[in-house]
Amino acid sequence: MDNRSIQQATTPMTMIQALRSAMDVMLERDDKVVIFGQDVGYFGGVFRCTEGLQAKYGKTRVFDAPISEGGIVGAAVGMGAYGLRPVVEIQFADYFYPATDQIVSEAARLRYRSAGEFIAPLTIRMPCGGGIYGGQTHSQSPEALFTHVTGLRTVMPSNPYDAKGLLIAAIECDDPVIFLEPKRLYNGPFDGHHDQPVVPWSKHPLGNVPDGYYTVPLESASVFRPGSDLTVLTYGTMVFVAEVAARESGIDAEIIDLRSLWPLDLDTIVASVRKTGRCVVVHEATQTSGFGAELATLIQEHCFYHLEAPIERVAGWDTPYPHAHEWAYFPSPARLAGAFRKTMDGSLAAEPSKSAGQGREA
Amino acid sequence: MRQALPLRLHVPEPSGRPGHATDFSYLRLAPAGAVRKPPVDTSAADTADLAYTLVRVLDDEGKAVGPWADPIAPELLRKGLQIMIKTRIYDARMLIAQRQKKMSFYMQSLGEEAIGAAQMLALSPGDMCFPSYRQQNLLIAQDVPLTEMMCQLFSNESDRLKGRQLPVMYSMRERGFFSISGNLATQFVQAVGWAMASAIQGDTKIASAWIGDGATAAADFQTALTFAHVYRAPVILNVINNQWAISTFQALAGGESTTFAARGIGSGIASLRVDGNDFLAVYAASRWAVERARNNLGPTLIEWVSYRAGPHSTSDDPSKYRPADDWARFPLGDPIDRLKRHLIALGAWSEDEHHRTQKEYEAEVIAAQKQAESHGTLATGKTSSVATMFEDVYKDMPWHLRRQRQQLGV
Repeated sequence: MDNRSIQQATTPMTMIQALRSAMDVMLERDDKVVIFGQDVGYFGGVFRCTEGLQAKYGKTRVFDAPISEGGIVGAAVGMGAYGLRPVVEIQFADYFYPATDQIVSEAARLRYRSAGEFIAPLTIRMPCGGGIYGGQTHSQSPEALFTHVTGLRTVMPSNPYDAKGLLIAAIECDDPVIFLEPKRLYNGPFDGHHDQPVVPWSKHPLGNVPDGYYTVPLESASVFRPGSDLTVLTYGTMVFVAEVAARESGIDAEIIDLRSLWPLDLDTIVASVRKTGRCVVVHEATQTSGFGAELATLIQEHCFYHLEAPIERVAGWDTPYPHAHEWAYFPSPARLAGAFRKTMDGSLAAEPSKSAGQGREA
Repeated sequence: MRQALPLRLHVPEPSGRPGHATDFSYLRLAPAGAVRKPPVDTSAADTADLAYTLVRVLDDEGKAVGPWADPIAPELLRKGLQIMIKTRIYDARMLIAQRQKKMSFYMQSLGEEAIGAAQMLALSPGDMCFPSYRQQNLLIAQDVPLTEMMCQLFSNESDRLKGRQLPVMYSMRERGFFSISGNLATQFVQAVGWAMASAIQGDTKIASAWIGDGATAAADFQTALTFAHVYRAPVILNVINNQWAISTFQALAGGESTTFAARGIGSGIASLRVDGNDFLAVYAASRWAVERARNNLGPTLIEWVSYRAGPHSTSDDPSKYRPADDWARFPLGDPIDRLKRHLIALGAWSEDEHHRTQKEYEAEVIAAQKQAESHGTLATGKTSSVATMFEDVYKDMPWHLRRQRQQLGV
């Protein structure tokens, strides 16, 4: 599946280096690939993701853009209509909003409304997620705003190997792809234990990245940790939080890293939940109308007769992302472990109705 | 201590409303031939004066005068007149078809026929136009079979857009006509991106962007100017100032005491303000802008001063917000009448030929409509298969759309 059969030399890479390597590979392979965004050219990006690419490929292939998200995406749509394959960057996912019209009304619908005459084969990279004291506008996880849009593909890697393979697949894909990069994972995996030192990717097996071309197919989830007690549906930073929560709770959770949020790999998800009979959905984004609601609905539709407990959701609280209260907001290993326990303990018959009724009595 | 007067909010109003006439003195007109023609490699700053005046070629007698009066072959002018006549007849006929409920909606371009017609004749095959919804003449100028356009209007089984788009939202890639979107101004910056792509690839094609006066207030207008200027994109940025955005007078879009061409100057783009009802001026200014773009001299912004003679759309009644006789009083007249008089004066046209041409196009439009209707109309329900509704959302249909298609039973 992942082209791992192709033997090639690997190098330890951070997620930043892996993303850069993906863009390097695609700039080399396809002269229609162009990269632009704020500070991505000469400077190499505020997160170093495009470092050295302008020097290597020239400034007509990799260049700086004005601070205008609508302009960046709108120009990319025009380039896609011409026949280029633009890879553009929005500096923080929190700042995509000015480009919403171009993303939703244009990029996502161009193929449909022109019956395939014009397409928008763009990749829009956006660093996302919290856990870095980023406050309100450097921490958001807006994936649900994209998964709701017909015509878009939304992707989020959790490690360097997947980051490179998914980004190459996204660039090659003829559909517009929203490529969300959890910046908390740029330099190393993060399990939510903010009081412990960060381990670099060089110490993690998924930090070993092939030097050349390979892809991780879109619409393919990975079973990140096999288990038999319950299924965790998650992506991005929460994959590692779920992993440590499984270890610390002693619950044998099967952790599914969705990788492609929408369209997603339904078969892998359904097979897991039908096996375990229990499901916890985890994401950093706020809960109400978050992507977890869609996941929970899909499980309910496809696994109802296999479920032995209600589907649990662990998500960011329904508040803007706070600064000082970062670790009370960020879904912690302890919160996840609590949800795992509740899912294991609770059964549909034994679920007390008290808490469920409280809201309605008010 | 000085007593401050209470502040007052200024809300612009048109001078004319139903029942009393418009005062068109706000238009900043200039006599034909009075405005200079700069070299194509002029700097943006050196066009500042041109952004506040009006390039005109045809005078009141129909004579071509002044520095913009390029020698133009009479054959090209005849072609221009024919495009304009055909566009107007097409519009009139489609308006009736809408009233007959053969389609849900239509938008005429009455009074604005010269602008797209002349610019299309100045462009080359391979160039790409990014139109708004009132540039049907860009297609008619290329002799696109009218049946094909009508099939889109009727959303019938031969509609190349498979009934997905509202009428008039054409898309014809092979004609250099980008897919029209209902979201205003979005295409203006896309045109700049397309032009940038052409430059990145070392191509020789240029882009032509289109927007109305009202939509210049949208963010993408300013964004397009910034990107076009920053990257010196080979693009013509056309602003059609027809004075009205549905019921809203152009002053409310920011036109009061200034011009839309002036926006270009502030953004570092060479800019012109041109009589949009003067076919010769439109052609000359378009050619000037094409030459600039084609020679890597950068973008050009052109404000075309015209008048939206018809209702905004078939859903609009202009008598509720402007004088009924407004177009008749508009100082720049009717583009068809003006070119017709010029060509008759040249001896290259006649009243008789005009009459015959009209009859010929009426017959052509009627025949095309008959043929288009044989493929169905909205009223007959003869459309593309419902199953096609799920196609082209993505390149390949994902599982959830296959499932939804099955749920619909198609």
